[in-house]
Amino acid sequence: MEEKQYTRVGEKLFHTVLDNGLHVYVDPKPGFQKSYAFFATNYGGMDMRFRLDGRWLDTPAGVAHFLEHKTFDTEDGNALQDLAANGASPNAFTSTALTGYYFESTEKFEENLKILLSFVSIPYYTQESVDKEQGIIGQEIRMGDDEPDTQVFYGMLEGLYAHSPIQVNIAGTVESIAQITADTLNLCHRAFYDPGNMVLCVAGDVDPVRVAAIAEEVLPKAGHPPVERDYGEAEGTQAAKPRWEKEMAVSTPIFQLGFKDTPPKKGEDWLRWELIGNLACEALLGTSTPLYAKLYNEGLVNEGFAYGCEAYPGAAFLCAGGESRDPEAVRAAVLAEAERIRNQGVDDALFQRLKKAAYGNLVRGLNSFENICVNQAMSHFAGFAYLSFPEVFDRITKADVEECLCRAVTEKRTTLAVIRPKGGAQ
Amino acid sequence: MSAVTRTQLLPGVFLTSVHTKKFKSSVLSMTLLAPLAEGDAAANALIPYLLRRGSERHPDLQALSAALDQLYGGSIEPMVRKKGEAQCVGFTGSFLDDAYTLDGSGVLDEAAGLMGELLLRPYTRDGAFSPDYTRQEKANLIDRIRAEVNEKRSYAANRVVEAMCASEPYGVNRLGREADVEALTPQSLWERYQQLLAHARLELYYCGSAELNRVCFILQKALAGLPREGGYTLPACTVIPAAQTPRRVEETMDVAQGKLTMGFRTGGITAASPEYPALMLCNALFGGTTTSKLFLNVREKLSLCYYASSMLHKYKGLMVVSSGVEFANVGKAEAEIRAQLEACRKGQFETWEVEGARRYTVSSLLTLPDSQGRQEDYWLGQAVAGLTEGPEEVARALEQVTAEQAVAAAKSLNLDTVYFLKGTEA
Repeated sequence: MEEKQYTRVGEKLFHTVLDNGLHVYVDPKPGFQKSYAFFATNYGGMDMRFRLDGRWLDTPAGVAHFLEHKTFDTEDGNALQDLAANGASPNAFTSTALTGYYFESTEKFEENLKILLSFVSIPYYTQESVDKEQGIIGQEIRMGDDEPDTQVFYGMLEGLYAHSPIQVNIAGTVESIAQITADTLNLCHRAFYDPGNMVLCVAGDVDPVRVAAIAEEVLPKAGHPPVERDYGEAEGTQAAKPRWEKEMAVSTPIFQLGFKDTPPKKGEDWLRWELIGNLACEALLGTSTPLYAKLYNEGLVNEGFAYGCEAYPGAAFLCAGGESRDPEAVRAAVLAEAERIRNQGVDDALFQRLKKAAYGNLVRGLNSFENICVNQAMSHFAGFAYLSFPEVFDRITKADVEECLCRAVTEKRTTLAVIRPKGGAQ
Repeated sequence: MSAVTRTQLLPGVFLTSVHTKKFKSSVLSMTLLAPLAEGDAAANALIPYLLRRGSERHPDLQALSAALDQLYGGSIEPMVRKKGEAQCVGFTGSFLDDAYTLDGSGVLDEAAGLMGELLLRPYTRDGAFSPDYTRQEKANLIDRIRAEVNEKRSYAANRVVEAMCASEPYGVNRLGREADVEALTPQSLWERYQQLLAHARLELYYCGSAELNRVCFILQKALAGLPREGGYTLPACTVIPAAQTPRRVEETMDVAQGKLTMGFRTGGITAASPEYPALMLCNALFGGTTTSKLFLNVREKLSLCYYASSMLHKYKGLMVVSSGVEFANVGKAEAEIRAQLEACRKGQFETWEVEGARRYTVSSLLTLPDSQGRQEDYWLGQAVAGLTEGPEEVARALEQVTAEQAVAAAKSLNLDTVYFLKGTEA
């Protein structure tokens, strides 16, 4: 295995690629009780249209997530229970562009790893269990319907994008999941759960060579070429709709501001875009900016105010949101501050401070095995090395951040999504 | 590997210190302990938020954020927690460990100094808290209290506890009541703050690479000027072993999914009881894991819900079952939850269920020292309850629990209150 030292952050990473195309990364963590394994496919809620065996296929919203639930089924029962019986804490999640299965355990790591690799790679979907799952996922969707943070985030995406599939609810709807059959799941498993489209990331006090050997032993010996996907025609630069609104049983309005940006290219560009995007948010409306102080003092935001940036194939945006008595006033103040920065630039001392703070936060994030493995997987799919962030970070300048703000934070690229309290709540 | 020590630094001031080099960050917390009481809860809850607004040297948010940026993006968060019948208010901070700074400079000394400054030397006006800050933080606290309803899952779990403990201190909301917040003034808050400083026990926690001697020295320096005038004691948490005649509470809201929560008394078993490990095992078996009876039956077998689980309030002696169900299915869900508890009481479980529950619980205890945040919260709870057992000791006791002991714990559970949140159209 190839070993790489990241001395600045005190980490080292072992890497190899198997004959079947699977990339394996291991971050040894002596001194910790637990080990963590994350097995992910480059397949998420947005991957609904793709070409398999020369044929274009359209699948219903929510398949990737449905598949995630049902993949735990095995011919002998359920892998969730097998792992739990070994004392492991297993789980899985589906995001816009990735589905990941993982466990954390303090004992029987190798046995648990074999179970993980085996159940994810061997499909076992029956119509009976698919029918039953409709009820469980139906309730998960209903739960999401009552979660204002979930609703407002999708509202913002709907506002920003005319047709990009990133705006489609990952869980789907009760109607869309009703169309899913065992055949749909088998088809999607074959298309996307191929070793060449997957990655295995492990952190813990484990032997990297054993990890790779187990993957080699359990997984299929060969893979197939990547499946072509279709996300529709390229999005324009402007927000599709400037505003989105909905009423729910909440105490105060909950809002999400989105700023549509140009998606980065795969590779180091992607990492640069993320680091710059986060710094741009910090410089525009982070907790140490004059704008945040003003909004907080005027009672327009509270400590739940949060911000960040996300990039997907064909879509990227900055966003900020939380609770506010007057989301329109927040929107106006943020756009005015962006205009001021366009004219006067970001304060130099502020920028230096923010950079130091952002660096510390990135390094502190390496305490979490989950954070390391999930970021490693996402960066692998986006074509860069996550742990190389200190070097890329060093080269980011104030001008880079200003350019990002000038480009993305304009009225035409902005959507404001708001959940308003419904009469009768509280 | 990591050593936990407990030291008295000053009268009524105790430090729990964990010396370890495995993290990239150090965690530091300062927490004042007050008896949970309706009359004081609102003021106690507001004080850390008010202190976090500014100090003598850093009079506003911007100045504080700038200072934290210089400490590599360290965080100092106001905390308001309920541990048994104590209201725990103060700050938790996380900072880059000294080993990872860009220039080798130390962060801990300054970080502790800043936290001590926030606790002891607030920004004042006319010998009391700033009227502006008071007004703003009162509004924020009221928003926070009102916002509890936004997350229906946790809201329903809290409501059942409030209902069953309505005449006990434990039923007091950790954030206080809205009307009590309204009545607070800069002067009344100042008086309450002086009382806390003089008479409340102060719990300190540190986890990181610094040696104990250095931590003691730094914290003593940071707390110079802390008035200590006696008191420091907390009343013991009241434990009611047997439930009253079971009550039902229903609430109506405009929601898509119903929430059913059931509150049980544990027959007097708490974290201090010799039977506690048996109760932990019983809880895991019944509803604490993905191999539990609730998960396998209420969710997987009957597809009634996305989640059905149980959790212990270990210092108070309660168990709460939570579930999200379709309105029409609430009767079915409740009957099944009761039936599953009955099965536990009759010892109707397989060996793999017991061992799965045991492995899961042992593992979650053994991984606790791998997370600085979880450890901090664990040791605060133990300190409040006057307990000294670490997670490893509890894990060892769990290994010895027999199935009969788990059955005995299940038999001691008795239903106190059932809460149901239903929709307007149900």
